[in-house]
Amino acid sequence: MTQGNTGSAGLSQRTVKVDYLSRVEGEGGLYVRVERGQVREVKVDIFEPPRFFEAFLRGRHFQEVPDITARICGICPVAYQMSSVHALEAALGVTPGPEIRQLRRLLYCAEWIESHALHIYLLQAPDFLGYDSAIAMAADHPREVERALRLKKIGNDLLALLGGRATHPVSVCVGGFYKVPRRKELEALRADLEWGLEAALETVRFVAGLSFPDFAPDYEFVSVSHPDEYPMNERKIVSSAGVDIEPTEFERVFLEEHIEHSTALHSKRADTGTSYFVGPLARINLNFEKLFPRAKEAARATGIAWPCENPFMGIVVRAVELVHAYEEALAIIASYREPARSRAEFKVRAGEGCAATEAPRGVLYHRYRINDQGLVEFAKIVPPTAQNYRRMEDDLRLFLPGILERTDPEITRACENLIRNYDPCISCSTHFLKLKLDRE
Amino acid sequence: MTSDARPKLAVYKFASCDGCQLALLSLEDELLSLVSEVNVAYFLEASSATLEGPYDVALVEGSVTTPHDAERIQAVRKDAKYLITIGACATAGGIQALKNWKDLDEFIRAIYATPAYIHSLKDSTPISSHVPVDFQLNGCPINKYQLLEVITALVQGRAPHLPSHSVCMECKRRGTVCVTVAQGIPCLGPLTHAGCGAICPAYNRGCYGCFGPMENPNPDSLAGHLQKVGVPPGELVRLLRGFTGYAEAFRSASEKLEKVAP
Repeated sequence: MTQGNTGSAGLSQRTVKVDYLSRVEGEGGLYVRVERGQVREVKVDIFEPPRFFEAFLRGRHFQEVPDITARICGICPVAYQMSSVHALEAALGVTPGPEIRQLRRLLYCAEWIESHALHIYLLQAPDFLGYDSAIAMAADHPREVERALRLKKIGNDLLALLGGRATHPVSVCVGGFYKVPRRKELEALRADLEWGLEAALETVRFVAGLSFPDFAPDYEFVSVSHPDEYPMNERKIVSSAGVDIEPTEFERVFLEEHIEHSTALHSKRADTGTSYFVGPLARINLNFEKLFPRAKEAARATGIAWPCENPFMGIVVRAVELVHAYEEALAIIASYREPARSRAEFKVRAGEGCAATEAPRGVLYHRYRINDQGLVEFAKIVPPTAQNYRRMEDDLRLFLPGILERTDPEITRACENLIRNYDPCISCSTHFLKLKLDRE
Repeated sequence: MTSDARPKLAVYKFASCDGCQLALLSLEDELLSLVSEVNVAYFLEASSATLEGPYDVALVEGSVTTPHDAERIQAVRKDAKYLITIGACATAGGIQALKNWKDLDEFIRAIYATPAYIHSLKDSTPISSHVPVDFQLNGCPINKYQLLEVITALVQGRAPHLPSHSVCMECKRRGTVCVTVAQGIPCLGPLTHAGCGAICPAYNRGCYGCFGPMENPNPDSLAGHLQKVGVPPGELVRLLRGFTGYAEAFRSASEKLEKVAP
């Protein structure tokens, strides 16, 4: 049980409350009010203290931005660095060469590996297997936990090679990298990455064998899309409901709203006001054909009918993407040629630019305006978890009626499991999780 | 039931990115042996199971930025035998301390449509501004091996062995050519506490002070040199006001420079 969670039953009202959601990044809670068997109100409470990144970025030099935005999230700093540099390069009119582009994808693969291995095994698998933590799980499932730790470590090793350290890497800059790796340094990781690819395939088989609640809402999936690649760094934004736009149109199609119970802004479709879903499940449903061959084969072998609308199967998708990331990392290393220059040269100019990339948790949009001194005048950051909050609340509204007969601790646990499907990164969405269930 | 003799460890988060508590989970090779020596009693990022305090060791990540957190840290302190702050947010106020030099109301209006919903203190402050702290571990992020050393030392009942020299020494040891001397790149290495392994200069850029000021740094001397080689004061102010910019030595140096050239 999560500390601070309480349950109470009365004649007219019943309360279940999760003050602090566990095994998520950052802090938040849930509040649910039920009246005569009807779910009346659902709130994902975010009380993570606001840190005001978009405000204090103003007046900073554009080259400081990827270092600063990395600190929004200790789990996915690379995502923040990538969206920052792409948006700033759009503002400055810079297009780095193909080698830089490949190295950025390699860095992103490393972060997906680290983040997905963490979420699959250490944060979410305990839900399906009935443990409170991976530490508790380790006694009965030592092979899985050992596999998890090594899978994750290899991602971190690759991050550290490319970026100097795994958390908040230092090599990324607007235009490219401060330093690029030598071919032999990358080659030295090949044996580990090959082990990782096999272990990732084993992971898909392991998670595909879990049992999943029967739940499939009618989602609008949104992800980045590229004509030839599984989405990471660029470029368009597409949805299962027909959205197909350039990043410059993002704010016209998707709106952020300030809600009283949240220090995170909530996103919705501007026209219909409806929620949408970002993250691995959206990516795979919209880009299945672009998976690398062994990842695609592994996804088909699970027996899941793609596209898949069951958010609990997100754990399988993360495993498939783990395979993809290992496969693509190996492919990039095999064809790597050291670029003559680690970063593109360019002249500073005033301008505005935006970009969306695929953080491990989904679409991450950034927009910046800079002046002719290269100082930031305006910054806007829309993190994936903020885009998913409204969808999480909609999921709870749909999911709760089917489980109201259960005991309060069971309901609490089921709701937490549902939220964990989203791998919510509350630190990212800036702006903490809590379940409170009022029954009347 | 037999009593558990292992020391009880609690991990708390205040305003932060989660990156420093993640260092515990990033001890991939050591994690399972660590948890056999230490009872991880309260660590919400990793476990739904929590044990009641008091705790032998509390690791605190993040800075205090809200009235609620200013109260919460008092309770954390009462429940812990040793309180250790981990990372730049907890030890120095973090990057979010940049707001301390700005108008908070304007900041809130810039981001939130309904400012009345937001409860934020004017300043982002380190944990030591609120309660006594037994040990501070620097870094943005912390070095996971330093964290392991601190926990190991506590379990063994000895003082942790951590270096107190500057990043410059780490560059020398690593064999990195000085980026300031050779290329004129502004670098906070001479002022900054060692611990990262001098990563930035090895990646062809200047140190930006993640580990905060070392003991007795001389910022005036460095600022003088950098200005002499053509670095504008405005750039120096920004360099000093990074992830540990609100630490006393960096703060006073940047404020002094700002007076000279706003």
